[in-house]
Amino acid sequence: MIAQRIIFPLGVVLAIVVLGLIVGSIPALHGLFSVGLIYVAFAVFFFGFIAKVVNWAKSPVPFRIPTTAGQEFSLPWIKWSKIDNPSTTGGVILRMFFEVCLFRSLFRNMRTDLRSGWLIHSPTKWLWLLALGFHYSFLIIAIRHLRLFVQPVPGFVELLDKVDGMFQIGIPPIYLTDILILLCVTGLLLRRLFLPKVRFISLAADYFPLFLILGIVISGLLMRFVFRVDITAVKALANGIASFHPVVPEGIGAIFFVHVALVCALIAYFPFSKLMHMGGIFMSPTRNLANTTRMAYHENPWRKPPKFHSYEEYEDMYRDYMKEAGLPLERE
Amino acid sequence: MAKELTPQEMLRIDLSPPTKDWMDIPTVIKPGIYCYPAKPEKVEIVGMPNGHVWSPLDDDWGLPEDWKETFLEGMRERLDKHRSFKIFMDICVRCGACADKCHFFLGSGDPKNMPVARAELLRSVYRGEFTKAGKILGRLAGGRKLTEDVLKEIWYYLFQCTECRRCSLFCPYGIDTAEVTIIGRELINLFGLNINWIQEPVANCYETGNHLGLLPHTFKQNVEFMCMDIEEFVGITIEPPFNRKGAEILFVTPSGDVFAEPGIYTLSGYLLLFEHIGLDYTWSTYASEGGNFGFFTALDMAQRLNAKIYAEAKRLGVKWILGGECGHMWRVVHQYMNTFNGPPDFLEEPVNPITGTKFENAKSAKMVHITEFTADLIKHGKLKLNPKRNEHLKVTFHDSCNPSRGMGMFEEPRYVIKNVCPNFYDMPESTIREQTFCCGSGAGLNAGENMELRLRGGLPRANAVKYVHERFGVNTLACVCAIDRAVLPASMEYWVPEVDVAGVSELVGNALVMEGEHERTVDLRGRELPQFAQESQESAESGEEVK
Repeated sequence: MIAQRIIFPLGVVLAIVVLGLIVGSIPALHGLFSVGLIYVAFAVFFFGFIAKVVNWAKSPVPFRIPTTAGQEFSLPWIKWSKIDNPSTTGGVILRMFFEVCLFRSLFRNMRTDLRSGWLIHSPTKWLWLLALGFHYSFLIIAIRHLRLFVQPVPGFVELLDKVDGMFQIGIPPIYLTDILILLCVTGLLLRRLFLPKVRFISLAADYFPLFLILGIVISGLLMRFVFRVDITAVKALANGIASFHPVVPEGIGAIFFVHVALVCALIAYFPFSKLMHMGGIFMSPTRNLANTTRMAYHENPWRKPPKFHSYEEYEDMYRDYMKEAGLPLERE
Repeated sequence: MAKELTPQEMLRIDLSPPTKDWMDIPTVIKPGIYCYPAKPEKVEIVGMPNGHVWSPLDDDWGLPEDWKETFLEGMRERLDKHRSFKIFMDICVRCGACADKCHFFLGSGDPKNMPVARAELLRSVYRGEFTKAGKILGRLAGGRKLTEDVLKEIWYYLFQCTECRRCSLFCPYGIDTAEVTIIGRELINLFGLNINWIQEPVANCYETGNHLGLLPHTFKQNVEFMCMDIEEFVGITIEPPFNRKGAEILFVTPSGDVFAEPGIYTLSGYLLLFEHIGLDYTWSTYASEGGNFGFFTALDMAQRLNAKIYAEAKRLGVKWILGGECGHMWRVVHQYMNTFNGPPDFLEEPVNPITGTKFENAKSAKMVHITEFTADLIKHGKLKLNPKRNEHLKVTFHDSCNPSRGMGMFEEPRYVIKNVCPNFYDMPESTIREQTFCCGSGAGLNAGENMELRLRGGLPRANAVKYVHERFGVNTLACVCAIDRAVLPASMEYWVPEVDVAGVSELVGNALVMEGEHERTVDLRGRELPQFAQESQESAESGEEVK
């Protein structure tokens, strides 16, 4: 039996696909659905994202708690780990760069197996590779889509487009990132479905974005290779949306509306989901702080002076013992 | 129970979780895993709420009527006070990178001990009670309501986490289960659900100044008792100063070092070192605890217990503070003390009076780690050492979790050990330094009644020790932590019986050539030195540094 936590998100994604198909076949709804939905979804994403980040920022960082992943700055002759255990702002920036751009912590990943009484720890890069492949292909694909929205197409977008399609396989040529994202998302989904530890912790909220993204990728590929849509019409629509002068051209195939519906679902869902790790990673106190707590004072904005057992109370409590033991006293 | 299980039986661990939804797997609280509840009077001494008699095995935990509101209100308050907590509740993607990084999971196979799963216990309540999606969709959004069963489950697993932060090292977002555990424990302490092994030391520390409840005269006597040992084994007389005003340095160490084997031999090491260099220092019977079980209770309790150290430094008029070997003590001293109770402007920036070295990394908090201090002394050739006295020891070093992932002290202890022990072998890379495994009993879980949990949690560390024991004949596990010294002997006895546990300062003390000493035929434990027969006095060399 497949668990509800897999069936439910799959059902929701399929429902969005069906909705897209229905709308796509009723031209009267095209304008409202494409233009209206995209504006709403982007607004939800934009304001939702900001609201979430502001909400996080409202909570202070009372303590400086970096996870130190290397030698601290200490005696001058001891080589310290400037990036993994940064004590300067520059070091923190580099640490964050490696974390955000190269997934440094995930690169460290080890797998541990128990074999005939021994715990064997061995490096494993699969998750890192899949994650990196997925995020970068997603990013490049998103940038490539700018050519639909911006006129004239910026040079870097053109260049990216050329590099991504450099192998000229098929007509129209398939992009490398299209293949990569399909492989990576499938890999990430298979992990969740078949690795017992990952399956155990996976929730509907983990399958949902994967199904959505898979749906977006597949509908996009179908649009390019199978149910070819009128790209001039799509450009006109996208351009109109980007310039806030929306036009609704006729004759865009239904598959386009499936793609749009899935994309809108993803971005509108984004601020309310785990996908906010995109913003959260920049604010994670175990990563974005320098290890300087003994070197510099860090203030806790809600600090209260502690109530503690004072020395005077202590001496009052134990004066006789202390006297007998020959310990110095404040008051005899 | 643990004692009845042989290591072979204990090793039958299945690391593959079941296919069932974790919310449908009921929690069974097992003897050997849980710790006894806090005694009411120990709760009351420090003014914490709802001290009461209860048992984790009972259906009724004696919760106050409004416990649920208290918990949720407490949670809301902490979400607003700690960005870490708020972000860690929101952004976990459940990628599973942390799953097999936890010593308790690796030693028990209990899937709720995968750090992500342990945090999900609380995160599911966050979603179910605080987020719209969770309130409406419930389980479909990964949310659940806070019920008594949920509370019991959270409680059970809060005390199966040693706040070692190994998971946070591997997390792509730095989600730190220690933060979740710290805050989770604060919440259950709002209605008196602490364990006694933590609560009693807290109450003791509050009144007597140390976890073990050593009264001023007892504390002094215990230290002096070690001086008698030194007199016998080394042949010199040491008269350590107590509560002495005007000393240059206040020395604070965990009270475990003043109380039981093998920590007391580490204490002998400190005493010899200070005597060797003629340090102008003092002990304090009032601030007689470096450790801080308040940290395992609630952050404000940690702050209250920690406050004594600066207060005493001020009263005695010392220039700076030197701290002994202890793991969680150094998490608190390094990452919290200055913020809790500083900045201590009445102190001076620490300078080693013997070498003139400025401890730049401690210039604001004004507290230096004994291993940083000793490493500096050795580097400057200020110690007369005879490492041959440790020649029969084949030493490996256990990086304690807190000085590793909450500070980053890796080179100093290795440098010190290599200069006092000729034979040093590190354990495999994936089990040391920032990737080190917990002793299995940290964060206040070093009780006796949870021995099975401790031995299971201790497996990954012990397994790596066993590796170097079999490969290089390692017979000594050195550490810089009082909890390690208290708990690793039991773990070693069970998993790798031929290995002893020793503090780094004990090894230093063995090697120190003291002025006026008699021929050293025994070590600081009074055990005969096997190589004593061949040793000649002139082999003692001074300041010869090993990199």
